[in-house]
Amino acid sequence: MNIFSITIIQHEKYFVKRNLKFFYGTIYMFMNEAFGDTGAAYEESRKILHCDVNNFYASVEILHHPKLRGKPVAVGGSAEERHGIILAKNYIAKPFGIQVGMALWQARQKCPDLIILPPDYPKYQKFSALFRKILLEYTDLVEPFGLDESWCDVTAICGKPGAAKLLADEIRERVKNELGLTISVGVSYNKIFAKLGSDIKKPDATTVISPTNFKRVVWGLPASDLLGVGRQVEKSLKGVGILTIGDIANADISYMEKLFGKWGAHLYCYANGLDNSPVKPGDFTPVIKSVGNSTTCPRDLVNDNDAHIVLFNLAESVAERMREIGMMAKTVQISLRTSDLRWFDRQAILPKPSMIAAELAEEGMKLLRKNYDWRMPLRSIGIRGAKLIPYAPSEQLSFFADETKRNRAERLEYAVDDIRRRFGYEKLGRLILKTDDKIGQLDAKTSNVIHPLGFS
Amino acid sequence: MEELLKSDYKVYVDVLEMRAKDGVITPLGFVWEDGRRYAVDGVTDIRKAASLKAGGAGLRYTVKIAGNSRFMFLEEERGVRRWFMEKKG
Repeated sequence: MNIFSITIIQHEKYFVKRNLKFFYGTIYMFMNEAFGDTGAAYEESRKILHCDVNNFYASVEILHHPKLRGKPVAVGGSAEERHGIILAKNYIAKPFGIQVGMALWQARQKCPDLIILPPDYPKYQKFSALFRKILLEYTDLVEPFGLDESWCDVTAICGKPGAAKLLADEIRERVKNELGLTISVGVSYNKIFAKLGSDIKKPDATTVISPTNFKRVVWGLPASDLLGVGRQVEKSLKGVGILTIGDIANADISYMEKLFGKWGAHLYCYANGLDNSPVKPGDFTPVIKSVGNSTTCPRDLVNDNDAHIVLFNLAESVAERMREIGMMAKTVQISLRTSDLRWFDRQAILPKPSMIAAELAEEGMKLLRKNYDWRMPLRSIGIRGAKLIPYAPSEQLSFFADETKRNRAERLEYAVDDIRRRFGYEKLGRLILKTDDKIGQLDAKTSNVIHPLGFS
Repeated sequence: MEELLKSDYKVYVDVLEMRAKDGVITPLGFVWEDGRRYAVDGVTDIRKAASLKAGGAGLRYTVKIAGNSRFMFLEEERGVRRWFMEKKG
């Protein structure tokens, strides 16, 4: 092969590369249109940090209770009331097999010495705000992802090579000194790799993923490490022999699209470092703003009694989902569709924030009685708990409500959750649902789950 | 369990403080847990910091007390500002 032909080959390679970029660019234009991104063209020179506070809830607790340092610690549910799940754990609890989402009794079985503390959300919110305040000293472009993670676009202040890593180390030191918490930071040229980087080395470490090293650092990792690959996607990928992020990157994009639709193209781009979504500044707001469920009934509803049965059924699933995410609703909303397909909704403030099915359903019924006179049968009905706030056991004294009774109702609901989790949803139900075979049999919880919006 | 959650080195103290017209707060003296009173002779440094020893975080003042350097932390929790100091040991 002579020099001339080598030059041509290299030139061709360059040309192919350019065309590929053009191709990706087209995908981006399409995706930007579809998902409303306003990002600029694909850009390798961006400098994005993803800062992740290590074991956030557990770390804040240990900071405030120094004697717990060196002991297995978890934050979860309400330990005294024997319900709830593990929300966070420290590194010492990890080798025992303690996992986030595990029931407290399971965790205790795995690690009898585990110290489980109830969550203190106001404290976590305060530390989350202080953490973000440090980041905001460097750039306005700070995008929170949950209480304990944030992306920062530091392109403007990190022009020199290596500057972003130095900045990441500086932020790590500051958070450690000022807040007593360790963070891990991923430094990269897109949000996906930055997030991946912050997961690679923990705790208290910086990982750089650059356009030149990403194949070596990222492609060997399991596919499930990639943002957007959940349990279901992972299972499907495994089924077709795609195990690593590298496998996703080297798969055919049209094949990925065939498997997962638009999301497949997303994943392909993520794995190839072609994500160009901008860091969108904003305050942290909980991802889930309301929890609701609605159904079109097997037969039209004609009176209060029918509506009561369905509302109760829906409220059960809504309340259970709120308990799963540890939230209570301040308002309740019902939506009604009549048999001539007219639709309206009404809302009311609950006497007290609640995650008790009966309270939601009763308030919903009150709304219905007040606002609907049954001139037409109802085709579908929905109930939604909104203005969510973190759950706190009912202790606060009130002049009018019987708190012990309410507390018992809360505990009863948790007990029902527990029985259903262990033996199946249908094993325990309200008698009211048995009063009508047709409209009472809907399994609201499993058949009609609306998932909160994920990352897109 | 309760014993585990108590800090052996965190002492909340009563503080006499000056709030300057620019908003800056300076401690002038404090009452230690045994009731003894101490005067703060001067502040040499103010910065945000965590106390891993006592357990907490806030604004850390490095102060001079009878020729010795000590830390005083101004902590804010649920809208309440309190001073704490680290016990020796």
